[in-house]
Amino acid sequence: MTLGLINANPVVHAKKKRVARPLDDPHADDAVDPLEIYDYVRDIRDPEHPYSLEQLSVLSEESITVDEKLGRILITFTPTIQHCSMATVIGLCLREKLKDCFPAHFKVDIKVAPGSHADEEAVNKQLNDKERVAAALENPNLRQLVTECLYSSEL
Amino acid sequence: MSLVDESFELKELQVLEGHADRVWSVAWKPATGFDGVPAVLASCSGDKTVRVWEQSPSSGSFQCKAVLEETHTRTVRSCAWSPSGKLLATASFDATTAVWEHVGDDYECVSTLEGHENEVKSISWNASGSLLATCGRDKSVWIWEVLPGNEFECVSVLQGHTQDVKMVQWHPNMDILFSCSYDNTIKVWAEDGDDDWHCVQTLAEANNGHTSTVWALSFNATGDKMATCSDDLTLKIWGSDLLTIQSGNGSAPWKHICTLSGYHDRTIFSVHWSREGIIASGAADDAIRLFAEDGDGLVDEPKYHLLLKKDKAHDMDVNSVQWSSAGNRLLASASDDGTIKIWELISLAGDQKPPL
Repeated sequence: MTLGLINANPVVHAKKKRVARPLDDPHADDAVDPLEIYDYVRDIRDPEHPYSLEQLSVLSEESITVDEKLGRILITFTPTIQHCSMATVIGLCLREKLKDCFPAHFKVDIKVAPGSHADEEAVNKQLNDKERVAAALENPNLRQLVTECLYSSEL
Repeated sequence: MSLVDESFELKELQVLEGHADRVWSVAWKPATGFDGVPAVLASCSGDKTVRVWEQSPSSGSFQCKAVLEETHTRTVRSCAWSPSGKLLATASFDATTAVWEHVGDDYECVSTLEGHENEVKSISWNASGSLLATCGRDKSVWIWEVLPGNEFECVSVLQGHTQDVKMVQWHPNMDILFSCSYDNTIKVWAEDGDDDWHCVQTLAEANNGHTSTVWALSFNATGDKMATCSDDLTLKIWGSDLLTIQSGNGSAPWKHICTLSGYHDRTIFSVHWSREGIIASGAADDAIRLFAEDGDGLVDEPKYHLLLKKDKAHDMDVNSVQWSSAGNRLLASASDDGTIKIWELISLAGDQKPPL
């Protein structure tokens, strides 16, 4: 039996030009900048394809919203296809990549873009159950997959 | 004077540091914290260890007396003392439940319960200490009989929940088991005689139940009321007829009494009802809230109100809140920030109002 990729022919986009941010920005430490967060996650490699989440349009600058006052970060991503089984893995990658990136009291919610997944509600529930996330990240196989997505160099 | 007439403050007594990862649960050891017996508390963590803390009689501060390590190979998710305090059971993501006994100055693992297919999330001892219940992500609830010589025998594997079971809790007086789950329901399990356990009631959305994962449940002292908390941002109070429960008739139905909504804006992970009737909640907004029943609510329609909200009780999510049963108004809380905090509920006399 041949195991094919679930989505064998993803649409790949060119990488967006990156804006260099001044290093001596006086407010660099205070604010949680959505574009800064985006910089951390845009190059995460898709679990199935040798492209970044940005290149596959799974993530874009608009994916990140920050409410400084409440201390909330919302990341909305768009799986490449409606029945993507890797949605939860992408969620794990996002959480793992971001875990040390902002003040401890910030809360991160991760959701699939409305209408982008057939089991939207079920996927969102799993993405935001922190006990399930913690247990998944202790699973050696998932951990390895997440590590590959986070640390493999771009092709 | 009923609780509703008093003003309270939750005073932070101590911060217990030591765990190297988030602390998931805390459990007070029974029969400690009064009559000259120092209070003892167990905590368990994502660092794979369990710590036992004891209050010093002279200084009143808690010190770490033991670290139970090198047994669980993954997160220890919850811990529970047997009613006599002789044994401590710990549930782990490594799919096992370990049972520990205090031997001299240390704790020894005297038994390991295996059977769950994956993460074990909660354990509960029945009132007499003759039964132990466990539950986990494999959607099942297991009941174990406690035999002499620290032997444990599985007497039933209960299927029924359609998702991850988050917590199990025995009724405080009767051998009736309650479980709550990621499937949004609470299930009541009773025995038909002869180890024949089955689900006698399911509290679902249609019964005024929760609309998302139910994380915890807790009984009041008399056992005729139960509080549940959920990812749906509400606390719900349920009640049953005490006499019917005590008659041993397994089908004493539980009914929804009241829903406390609008108080929490993030997931509520823990709820615990004190012997005095104060309900504590621990939530993902880093706060601890206390609720009490209104003195002038109707018998059939009691009302609950917020006694106080402790904002920023921790620097991160509060995973567990537990009142000491010693009548000393001590509350322990555990957090993602890796600490446990000991609080004392203080009554403010006369005109003193707590700072907002």
